[in-house]
Amino acid sequence: MRYAETGFNLEIDLSRGSIERVATDPRETELYLGGLGTNAKIMWDRVPPETKPFDPENLLIFGSGLLCGTPATGCNRTIVTTISPQTLLMAFSMMGGFWAPELKYAGYDKVIFRGKSPELVYLWINNDKVELRDASHLKGKGAGETAELIKKELKEPKAQVAAIGLAGENRVYFASIEQGRSSASRGGIGAVMGDKNLKAIAVRGTRDINIARPDEFMDLCKEVLEYIKFRNDNPIPGVMPILAGLGSPQEMKVHDEKWHTENFMWGNSRTRIKDFWNEKIAAEWMETLDKMRRRLISCYNCPMTCGATIQPPGLPTYMMKCFTKLTYTMAAMSDLEFGLGIAQSATEYGVDGFSAPQVMAFALELYDAGILTDKDFPGMPADNNGRFYWLLDRIVRREGIGDVLANGTYWAAQEIGNGAEKFAHNNIKKHEQLPLKLSMLNPIYFLMYCTGEKINITQIEGQFPQAPFVTREEREAFVKDWFQVPDEKFKQIFLDWEPRGEKSMPFYPNVQMCCDIVDWQERMHYIDDALGMCSGLSSFPLKPPYHIHNYPKFISSGAGIDMDEEKLTMAARRYRALVRANNIRRGMRRKDEKPPEDHWKKRFPELEKDLMDTYYKFKGWNDQGIPTRESLHEMDLDFVYEDFVKRGILTDSGDSSSKETPAEK
Amino acid sequence: MTNVKGEKKKKKVKVININADKCNGCRACEMICSAFHAAPKYSSNNPARSRIKIIREPLKDVYVPVYAGEYAVAECSGRDKYTIDGKEYEECAFCRASCPSRSDFKEPDSGLPLKCDMCEGEEKPLCVKWCMVDALTYEEREEEIEEEEKPEDIETGLESLANKYGLQKIIDAVARMSQKG
Repeated sequence: MRYAETGFNLEIDLSRGSIERVATDPRETELYLGGLGTNAKIMWDRVPPETKPFDPENLLIFGSGLLCGTPATGCNRTIVTTISPQTLLMAFSMMGGFWAPELKYAGYDKVIFRGKSPELVYLWINNDKVELRDASHLKGKGAGETAELIKKELKEPKAQVAAIGLAGENRVYFASIEQGRSSASRGGIGAVMGDKNLKAIAVRGTRDINIARPDEFMDLCKEVLEYIKFRNDNPIPGVMPILAGLGSPQEMKVHDEKWHTENFMWGNSRTRIKDFWNEKIAAEWMETLDKMRRRLISCYNCPMTCGATIQPPGLPTYMMKCFTKLTYTMAAMSDLEFGLGIAQSATEYGVDGFSAPQVMAFALELYDAGILTDKDFPGMPADNNGRFYWLLDRIVRREGIGDVLANGTYWAAQEIGNGAEKFAHNNIKKHEQLPLKLSMLNPIYFLMYCTGEKINITQIEGQFPQAPFVTREEREAFVKDWFQVPDEKFKQIFLDWEPRGEKSMPFYPNVQMCCDIVDWQERMHYIDDALGMCSGLSSFPLKPPYHIHNYPKFISSGAGIDMDEEKLTMAARRYRALVRANNIRRGMRRKDEKPPEDHWKKRFPELEKDLMDTYYKFKGWNDQGIPTRESLHEMDLDFVYEDFVKRGILTDSGDSSSKETPAEK
Repeated sequence: MTNVKGEKKKKKVKVININADKCNGCRACEMICSAFHAAPKYSSNNPARSRIKIIREPLKDVYVPVYAGEYAVAECSGRDKYTIDGKEYEECAFCRASCPSRSDFKEPDSGLPLKCDMCEGEEKPLCVKWCMVDALTYEEREEEIEEEEKPEDIETGLESLANKYGLQKIIDAVARMSQKG
């Protein structure tokens, strides 16, 4: 018997309309766990670098995490993997909600799509009964609307539906897949779903998920619940409120937005408004949120209430979470009422809440600069709010200038030319980033921005405090019950870390310490992504309930795979290397690994070089960021090395080939 | 056993308080209920086997935790629809019965009816323990109840017939009926 996982994937060939149920190899679970890990392996095996995002051969994988559907609190994430049309690299955006556990209960770990359907269809998974159904009547419908219509026509209110809106159908490069109160937004995976003519996947499951050693597993679950209660009652002192507790940043709860509105950039990630927040705005925004927010809601089997149902006046109710609360408001230099209102349209259209507002602000900057002109914006209203609604409509329909903007700021700037490239200034690997511009280089964040392959800072940071505490006493108090650290040395680093003086940024933590910290931070995210755990209970917050010491026990007693910290760390390293290998094969190299040029004002080129050199070596990558023969061998990934040699990426002696592979196009 | 009229007796009453306004719709209650009742205990889970279910329609702000009650052999001939605070609830929303009209509160494979047993043997029902937003809370109280002899239902019915037709007519009718067998 298989435990925690079902041992079966669904293979759907959309071109032929065929559906297969395929048993998986339990040895792959041992090596790559599940979720992102096994997704990365399938991509490596079946999607060569010659395959382009919109080729029928590109796969679109919906993978549940290894522990999804078990009683482990907060383990509900679906990891969607494909080749991104925006970055041309492997995308692995994820969503919470209810979909992954339902898939497990239906009897499957993953759904793997290949090919392209000749007509718009949706997939209906009802335990053993799996069918592709006509979706022509759903064409152009909103993502949430689609979910409701499908549940109604199937007469199955308990079905969980992941769907794309108009943006996905029209292959917008930042289109999302929406589901429950969550969405898989980054990397334009909704565009690949639209390209495959797949409108939605509905799933209903009524089967058991088994646990290998139930008593042990339940004791671990109870400990986690107890610790969540403890952490809810004991927020961490000395850090700002959104970092003090567990869960995603509690944006649906908090009214005080002084920190975001005064430290994050407005417009096209340009303007900082240092004294924005005042009593009048605080009162207005509080009224707006209280008026529109109906209820705080959660994902499957999680008490954290990070999301909310929002009902803007005169518009349908939708579900929201996290920082999308402010991205439209700040990009449009507007107010919260506008932001929560336009997010309703944006969610139904299905676009990423980070990229979409920035693309629109970018277009208006180009207009102000005279690079785009009136003839590019026929009929656009004069007021800023109206302009954003107008632009959003053009983008998701790919009409006029919207067709150019729909490819994101990087590709749009290339196409517009005439100096537009300078305005696409907030990207890493062609992907729009959080609107942050800071003064002095932070070496830890530098490494994370450069090398993070999810290309999103919130999906690599966490665990280690973002800034030093002022007094030694505060630091001592913080490390006292900091049992989550993988090694005691992290406590010492934090104790010695000062806001200024010799032991302060950017030279302390020193280069090796930065490598250790970033490696730990990244490792925890990769483990979460294979297990299906929400980073809000694990890799993102300080002092989370899940950590490197209890995870091996969860896997051993839950999935029945013998696991310890060392073996788990090796597994995470292994599929992390596979993600990199997929991208290396697609041409990613050191030159692509850099933060937006203007992210920090004060830079330290020598230190930065040292950081990259040391970190690459530490990770087992050569000076181009390519995993070396030795490190691949250590991880049982000799087949990756062989492929690298065959493709001329590494030579027989293990060196990088002199042949330059261009990632930039 | 006969009770002297007016004697006080103590009775333990187990109460789950349901505050639907606090429900976050996470369904941890369904998960843990099904895990607790798995055999062996906790060896599997499957919310479809749960003895509690959340009627959950986020866009309509409908969140109703309902517990499985008695088994009903037949479905109701009429159905009710509730509107409370402007929210419309489906026909069988508040009903606890496992009945032929729906798949709720039945084992998904055998169709056998399920009924909440308050997690016998535990200090409190596990759905309550796992509900950290306090939509479900548990209370045990001792009630002193005065036992009085209640007339049986049939007596109440006969009394009303006697009032209407007179006692003699009823005696005659019963005699006739018993002769027919």
